[in-house]
Amino acid sequence: MPYVPAVMEMENAIIRMMEDLERALQKPPSERRWGMVIDLTKCVACDACTVSCKAEKKTPPNVNYTVVIKEEVGTYPNVREVFLPRPCMQCEEPPCVDVCPVAATWQNEEGIVVIDYDVCIGCRYCITACPYGARTFDFGEFYGDGTPMIEPYETAPTFEYGEERVRSPEARHESPIGNVRKCNFCIERLHEGLLPACINDCIGRARYFGDLNDPDSLVSEMLRERYSFRLKEELGTKPKVFYLS
Amino acid sequence: MNKNKGWTIAYWAIAIVMLGVGAIGLYWRLVYGHLLANYGELIVWGLWVAMYIFFVGLSAGAFMVSSLFYAFGLERFRPVARLGLLVSLIAMPLGLVSIWFDLGHMWRFFELYTRPSFTSLMSVEVWLYTAFLIVLVWMIWLEYHDEEKKSKMLKVLSAIGLVLVVLYEGAGGALYGVAAARPAWHGGLFPLLFILSAFTAGVAGVIVAYVFFSKDHPDEEDYRRVVSELGKLLLALVAIESLFLFSEYSVALYSSVPSEIAPLIAILTGPYWYVFWIGQIGLGIVLPLIVLLWKRARQSPVWVGIAGVGVVIATFAMRLNIVIPPLALPELNGLIEAVPGSTRMSMQYMPSSMEWFLAIGIVGFGMALFALGYALFPTTPPAEKEA
Repeated sequence: MPYVPAVMEMENAIIRMMEDLERALQKPPSERRWGMVIDLTKCVACDACTVSCKAEKKTPPNVNYTVVIKEEVGTYPNVREVFLPRPCMQCEEPPCVDVCPVAATWQNEEGIVVIDYDVCIGCRYCITACPYGARTFDFGEFYGDGTPMIEPYETAPTFEYGEERVRSPEARHESPIGNVRKCNFCIERLHEGLLPACINDCIGRARYFGDLNDPDSLVSEMLRERYSFRLKEELGTKPKVFYLS
Repeated sequence: MNKNKGWTIAYWAIAIVMLGVGAIGLYWRLVYGHLLANYGELIVWGLWVAMYIFFVGLSAGAFMVSSLFYAFGLERFRPVARLGLLVSLIAMPLGLVSIWFDLGHMWRFFELYTRPSFTSLMSVEVWLYTAFLIVLVWMIWLEYHDEEKKSKMLKVLSAIGLVLVVLYEGAGGALYGVAAARPAWHGGLFPLLFILSAFTAGVAGVIVAYVFFSKDHPDEEDYRRVVSELGKLLLALVAIESLFLFSEYSVALYSSVPSEIAPLIAILTGPYWYVFWIGQIGLGIVLPLIVLLWKRARQSPVWVGIAGVGVVIATFAMRLNIVIPPLALPELNGLIEAVPGSTRMSMQYMPSSMEWFLAIGIVGFGMALFALGYALFPTTPPAEKEA
C-alpha cells in the first residue's frame, strides 16, 4: 500500500494556515515562533518556491533565498532523485548573528533572523558562518546586464522588511546592493496576514508555515503526527525549518 | 634611499607604474562596486582578504622585531628596531585599505567604531588595530622627537604594543577558528599559527627591508652581524612554523573525515597546487632552510635577504590558502547545482583584473609609503650619531 500523508486537502491547508496566522498575529510578537515544515515526500522539485521568492523579493542573479537541492541517488537504471528545498533555517541559535561586527543582523522577537540593510557593511563574515549556505551577497547584478534593456520588474520596488527599496543599475552602491541578503520568512507579508510567498506557490503543497508555539496550528499538528528532522541537527543550531520524510 | 641614483629612479618608476595600474582598479571598484570582482557566493572572500591578513600580520611581526630591542632591551637588535617600527607602520594601513575595498559598503566602516558588536572577532580586531596604531604612532613620535626620558616610555609602549599585536593576531586566527560551519577553519590552532607566522613574516620583512631597501650600511661588520642574527631567528621560526603546518595538515589528513580532508586535497593537488608547493613549501621552507643552514650562504646578507623574500612570499601564499580553499566546499551537497546559471556559486576562484589591479596599486602604495617613511624617519639608531 502506498503511504498517504495524513494532511488536509490543498485548499483547506492554505485556509487553515491563514487562520493559524491570524490567530498568531493576535498574540504579542514575542509569543510567536514562526516555523516551516517541508514535506519531502511531496516535493517535486518544480522550483515554484524558488521562482515565487524571486518574484516576491525581486532578487538579482546569484541572490537566492530559497533553492531546491536535487540529488540523484543510485546507479542507472536503479536511480531515484531526492529533493531538498532549502530556505533560511531561522535557527534558534544562529551562528551568523554573533559574527556580525556591527550588529546589523539579529534574531527578532518573533524568532526570525533579520538584516538591517542600512547598517550592514557587507563584510560577508556571516556568509562564512552559516552552515546552510542560506546567505548571499548582492553584487549589484541585474538579469538584464549585457542586454539592451533592464526590464522594469528588476527595478520595481520591493517591500522587504516593510521598507520600499529600489535596486537600480545607476546606483550600484545603494542598499540592498552591497549587502548580505537572506530569506526572512517574508516577515513583511506575515504582518499583513499573508503567508510567505513560497508557501502559497508550492504546487505540490509540500511547504507549510505557522506558529510553532500554537499547539493548534497545522505545523504543530504535523510535527506531532509525522517523523521530522532538521538539517545538521548535530550543530545544535536548532533550525525552525523541519523536514518530513 | 639606496645605494645609487639609478636604483632610486627604478624604485620610484616601478612604484608609480603600480600606482597607475592601481588607479584603474580603484576606478572600477568605485564605479562598479563589486560587480567586477571574481569572489562569489561560495568563495566569498578572495585576494583582498588574504592581503589584509598578510599585511596586518606583517605589521605585527615587524613590531615584534622592534620590541626585541625596545621591550626586551636586546642591544644586538638595536640597528633594526626603528626599521621594524617603520615596516609595521606601513604594513598596517596597507592591510586596512585591502579590507576596506572588500567591504560591500566601504563608507560605513565608521560603524565599527560607532556601533561595534564585540561578540564578533572582527570588531574586536578593528579596535585592537586602532589601539595598536595609537601606540605605534606614539612610539615613533617619541623616538624621533622626545630626546629626554624616552627610553623608559618606549619600553612601556613597546610592551603594550606587543600585547596588542599578539592579541590581534590571535583574534585574527580565531576569526577563522570559530567558524564551525567551515571544517577546515574550525579549530584551536589558527590563533597560535597566526601569531607565529606573523612573527616569521615580520623577521623576514625586516631582513628584506634592511638588506635591500636601506641605505649603505656604514658599519659593514655590524650590518653582517645583525643580518646573521636575524637569519638565525628566521631559521628557528621557519622550523617551528613547519611543525605547525605539519601538525595542522597531518591531523586533518589522518582524520578520515572527507569534509576535513577535501579542502586540504584541493590545496595540495588542486589547480592552484603551486601556491602550496612552490609558495609555502619551496619559498617558505626549502629555500630558507638551504640558505640558513648552508654556512657560506648564511654569512652573505644578500642570500639571507633572498631567504627573507622567500618567506615573505610564502606567508602570503599561506594566507591565500587559509582564506580561499576552505570556502570552496559547499555547505550542503548539491548547493552549487541547485540553481543553474548561478555564476557566482563556483568552487573555482581566480581574482579578476579589478582585484589584481587594485592589489598591485596597494603594493605600489606601500612602496611609495616606505620610501617616504624612510626619508622622514632615518632608521639608523640614534646611538650611532651620539657616538
